[in-house]
Amino acid sequence: MNKVLMKGNEAVCEAAIRAGCRYFFGYPITPQNEIPEYMSKVMPENGGVFLQAESEVAAINMVYGAVGAGGRVMTSSSSPGMSLKQEGISYIAGAELPCVIVNMMRGGPGLGSIQPGQADYFQSTRGGGNGDYRHIVYAPASIQEMVDLTMEAFDIADLYRIPVLVLGDGMIGQMMEAVEFKSIKPIELPDKDWITDGTKEIRQPRIINSLYLDPDELYAHNLRLEKKHALIESREVRFETQGLENAEVVCVAYGTTSRVVKNAIEELEAEGIKVGIIRPITLWPFPDKAFDEISDTTKALLTVEMSMGQMIDDVKIASKGRWPVHFYGKSGGLVPTPTGVKESVKKIMGGK
Amino acid sequence: MMTTMVYSKSKALTDAELHYCPGCTHGVIHKLVAEVLVELNVLGKSIGVIPVGCAALAYKYFNCDVHQAAHGRAPAVATGIKRVRPEEVVFTYQGDGDLASIGTAEIIHAAHRGEKITTIFVNNGIYGMTGGQMAPTTLIGQKSTTSPLGRTEEHSGKPLKVAEMLATIDGAKFVERVSVHNPAAVRKAKKAIRKAFECQLSGKGFGIVEVLSTCPTNWGVTPVDGLKWLEEKMIPYYPLKNFRNTEEEEA
Repeated sequence: MNKVLMKGNEAVCEAAIRAGCRYFFGYPITPQNEIPEYMSKVMPENGGVFLQAESEVAAINMVYGAVGAGGRVMTSSSSPGMSLKQEGISYIAGAELPCVIVNMMRGGPGLGSIQPGQADYFQSTRGGGNGDYRHIVYAPASIQEMVDLTMEAFDIADLYRIPVLVLGDGMIGQMMEAVEFKSIKPIELPDKDWITDGTKEIRQPRIINSLYLDPDELYAHNLRLEKKHALIESREVRFETQGLENAEVVCVAYGTTSRVVKNAIEELEAEGIKVGIIRPITLWPFPDKAFDEISDTTKALLTVEMSMGQMIDDVKIASKGRWPVHFYGKSGGLVPTPTGVKESVKKIMGGK
Repeated sequence: MMTTMVYSKSKALTDAELHYCPGCTHGVIHKLVAEVLVELNVLGKSIGVIPVGCAALAYKYFNCDVHQAAHGRAPAVATGIKRVRPEEVVFTYQGDGDLASIGTAEIIHAAHRGEKITTIFVNNGIYGMTGGQMAPTTLIGQKSTTSPLGRTEEHSGKPLKVAEMLATIDGAKFVERVSVHNPAAVRKAKKAIRKAFECQLSGKGFGIVEVLSTCPTNWGVTPVDGLKWLEEKMIPYYPLKNFRNTEEEEA
């Protein structure tokens, strides 16, 4: 198939439609407005439903109802709106329902800015709402990768009955790149024998629920979720590494920031300094095992983020104290620069 | 000796034992909803949405598919269900803390969009499940655990009249307030609930029945005095009447 030039926010919609998504509930917020706009046009054309909710809170609760009733459903937002969605995401995770959520992150906290940011890492990877839960987080670094991951995300969500968050940022949402919509490998999915489609008075009622008043029952439910999380951690980790062998410094960066880091690595190589990169593609589950590939001769790790440093916690956990972990980042809508990365690397190598 | 069955529990209710307090009228309202679902022959295609509040466990009682919703969000959840399953009958069952306080945005906009769902709104003027705190619907002078000296207009405003408010919204095609404090009122309540479901079945739009209900436990009265209190205190402020019936307006 030919490549087409598309804006990230529109490409992610097209990917969802091609993956069979037929229900979208959302609320306008910059910098992801092209998503509801595009969906409002293409959903009806594809026999689906687009609905502009009265708030992000309502939108995610519409998702909760729609996926429980058996729909293939997506919602999207950006950082402040994602805060509002956390209530519903907790319920969806608690009731073990599948859905796909897109967050085109902007700067924060509070109203923050409308420029790109990566400051929702904690919220995205720690179970941003109440209770013991996690959900899968994909962090694409290009529009092509966002399209590929989004097309897979619906099946993965169905397979584990868990929300999947596609975590982009204002840059990936707003920029245009050439993309190809490849057909996805179908995976065998369990029957949806839990959806509410009416008993027809021939079967027992089905209940979509996250309430367990009996402590033993809730504990059993928490253990079941934990087991599911462990299964996902063992099977769904994705990452990319480059140049780890003989690297003096290894950078860790995800999403658009990883592209900045790769530019800096090329320039450093030309100067004779060998730097590698670990690029987590899943932020949860975090690619701990990628850190086993780092050489013992590597002097230090450098985490680069478009925030004040959040993923750095996971880098410290994953690297188990084997290397000093440094940080370089910018926030507020400012993007880390290749020069900034290079300076940080040189500073580390200078021993300061 | 010949015996004739004159009354039996609706098949739209499960055999689960209700957890409601003595004298609470939630059980009566459950029964009315259940009977209407059976009489309209829609039980097998009904999907209920249950609130947070005293009725949070009602997913155990209705013999149909049910979603348990977050506090106040039932109309949004019902919207999602109905948009996926327009042929199914979707209803929410919500209390006054759920619908009239934390869930005002969701109920107003479900009505505003004219969602083809039915809402049963149980108004007992107090937060029952959490132990008797003031609700938006608590009457002036009424004592609660968070208005220990009685609600005043100056501090908390006047009680919110939900049926009157929703009747101003075009998408709300059936709006009626009823009560269940005596058998005659119960019969009228059932009629209204039936009409609200018929409004959904005919594809007209959003329908809501506000049902005045008792909470003897948190009102601090006996069940019998609770019924009397509802009649004497609540009905004068919350008049029982139909506020919107598109069906009849068009006839």
